[in-house]
Amino acid sequence: MSDRIKATVKRRQVREAIEQSLIRRRKRNRRFRMLGLGAVILGMLFLGIMFSSIISKGYSAFALTDIQLEIYFDPEVIDPQGGRNPDVLASAAYGKLVKAALRKEYPEVKKRKEKRKLYRLVSTGAIQQLRDLVLSDPAIIGSRKKLWLIADDDVDQYYKHGENQSRLKGQQLAWVAQLRAKDALKTSFNTNFFTAGDSREPELAGIRGAVVGSFFVIMITLGLSLPLGVAAAIYLEEFSPRNHWTDFVEININNLAAVPSIVFGLLGLAVYINFFELPRSAPLVGGLVLTLMTLPTIIIASRAALKSVPPSIREAALGMGASKMQMVFHHVLPLAMPGMLTGTIIGLAQALGETAPLLMIGMVAFIVDIPGSILDPATVLPVQIYLWADSPERAFTERTSAAILVLLAFLVLMNLVAIWLRRKFEKRW
Amino acid sequence: MFAVEIKTEQASPTQIDTLPERTLGKPLLDKKVSMHCREVDVFYGDKQAIFDVSLDIGKNEVLAMIGPSGCGKSTFLRCLNRMNDTINSCKITGSIRLDGEDIYDPKVDIELLRARVGMVFQKPNPFPKSVYENVAYGPRIHGLTRDKIELDEIVKNSLMRAGLWKEVKDRLDDVGTGLSGGQQQRLCIARAIAINPEVILMDEPCSALDPIATAIVEELIDELRQRYTIVIVTHSMQQAARVSQRTAYFHLGKLVEVDKTDRLFTNPSHGLTEAYITGRFG
Repeated sequence: MSDRIKATVKRRQVREAIEQSLIRRRKRNRRFRMLGLGAVILGMLFLGIMFSSIISKGYSAFALTDIQLEIYFDPEVIDPQGGRNPDVLASAAYGKLVKAALRKEYPEVKKRKEKRKLYRLVSTGAIQQLRDLVLSDPAIIGSRKKLWLIADDDVDQYYKHGENQSRLKGQQLAWVAQLRAKDALKTSFNTNFFTAGDSREPELAGIRGAVVGSFFVIMITLGLSLPLGVAAAIYLEEFSPRNHWTDFVEININNLAAVPSIVFGLLGLAVYINFFELPRSAPLVGGLVLTLMTLPTIIIASRAALKSVPPSIREAALGMGASKMQMVFHHVLPLAMPGMLTGTIIGLAQALGETAPLLMIGMVAFIVDIPGSILDPATVLPVQIYLWADSPERAFTERTSAAILVLLAFLVLMNLVAIWLRRKFEKRW
Repeated sequence: MFAVEIKTEQASPTQIDTLPERTLGKPLLDKKVSMHCREVDVFYGDKQAIFDVSLDIGKNEVLAMIGPSGCGKSTFLRCLNRMNDTINSCKITGSIRLDGEDIYDPKVDIELLRARVGMVFQKPNPFPKSVYENVAYGPRIHGLTRDKIELDEIVKNSLMRAGLWKEVKDRLDDVGTGLSGGQQQRLCIARAIAINPEVILMDEPCSALDPIATAIVEELIDELRQRYTIVIVTHSMQQAARVSQRTAYFHLGKLVEVDKTDRLFTNPSHGLTEAYITGRFG
């Protein structure tokens, strides 16, 4: 066989071998693509299930049932002296007016036990409603008015979800059916949910306190962790000498990022509350604890962002006679900013959803008042969710889901801001 | 470090010649010297990259440095404005003087030195800012101007001297990185000359450019010679022949030969130089 024929044969063999292997490669390609697609679809599916379950459970919390009753603003009850003194008006027993209206509506109810059941149809929030009405317009005293009053959570659940979802029984069901027949029940938008603090009564409970608490905590976390984290990252990345000491610091920062958050809570309890004697349950302490937790995230993200700035830009600046500081602040930092901000917002989103460390510093307390400052006792959204999820009333179940929706809305908003900032500051080089 | 080692081994044509004991040609000048380099050794950690280089750089001359990859020409160039300081393991001995002043003296301000010895890099690296800001940056950080009018003047002059003014005068606010490769490199030159340095170091300034842009930059280098001393590292012997008055040939970290460009290219004294310029390796 001549060399030429040998070469041709060999070439043919090579070609066949490559074609064989190509079939295998294509198959592997296809398999990998299907796997990837499958993973994405599975992920989306679970996300969809989670969202639809939360939304389907939570949307009804945004509606609240009202009962229409004819209220007689009895001067004898509200202001027997007739002085129209605001203090007297404010402390009057408005509950009696509601009870009288209910008795009038159902004259057949006579027994004390039954009466008590009847009174339970209307929320104690109605007292506040009446008081507000009278205080805003004292001339109303003495008149009769048909008013929409907040229903009790059991009535609310019955009206929105039917008999099975409510604790109403026997007579109460009949009474409510009667109201329904007269069109004296309706649902309206649950403004309470957004304007009120926590309450033992589900129909009066709101997330305002938790939202304000979360806001204070996040602001403190942002205000402390961003400058500290960015400064630490810049020092470690640009200025510190490379030696065992900085290696040690680096390892510890990476370890801190992996420390369970509850440990930070214990640390906060020991240091801030026991040693520095800061108040318990205060957003200040919460913010300090979450700062500790967020710092490693911000430092690591910021260092990665600094590292990704091309060395040519640094050389250009140094070659012009810029000092190291000028190089960092004029050129490196602006280019690293989008990455740093993204890291910061991701860290803050994590902090916003954090519960465990805040339990340790007492932010799990039942707090009705909306905090006015960073030293007032407060709670935060995820802790509020935890508290409500723990409550037995059915009405709290839907409020739990609604609060999760609000928290998710904030998280989505923060992530959108992160994306927007990255797009805005991103520059090509 | 390891990569450098491999490169130098590849570049070593053991069969051609051994390295000379001392630099051939005429490394030292009698008068009008801008930078004196004497017995310069450079180490990266334990590895020596430059061996005992003594060389004068004359005022208003273009000195080209050629040699195979890894021969140390870029390393030597970066010693001239202490850009090697950014590399931790890099150690330099010997003396390099700019107008009689040792630039490695601890009392020397590195910022001032780099303002006096400007640099243009291999890859065009304008700041991701506007064309105007790119050129104005140097005068601004060094406080060379009192007001906006003066600054405008400097920016315009620098761009004109870099031959870029006509092309960018209507888009001074555009991002510098949006220009073409050749324009970017001329922008970098404009940026370097905006602070009026005494020496400009160019590290293969045309290696990322097409032949037309290269021709423009080469023409520019020739014009800039009137005002500045230029040291240029290049891979292209034609370029060295076209733009420089003197050429230095580096090999394995040693300065083999320095001479007037035409003499070095027509009548090299050392076999290695001859082998390199005739394209037998490199």
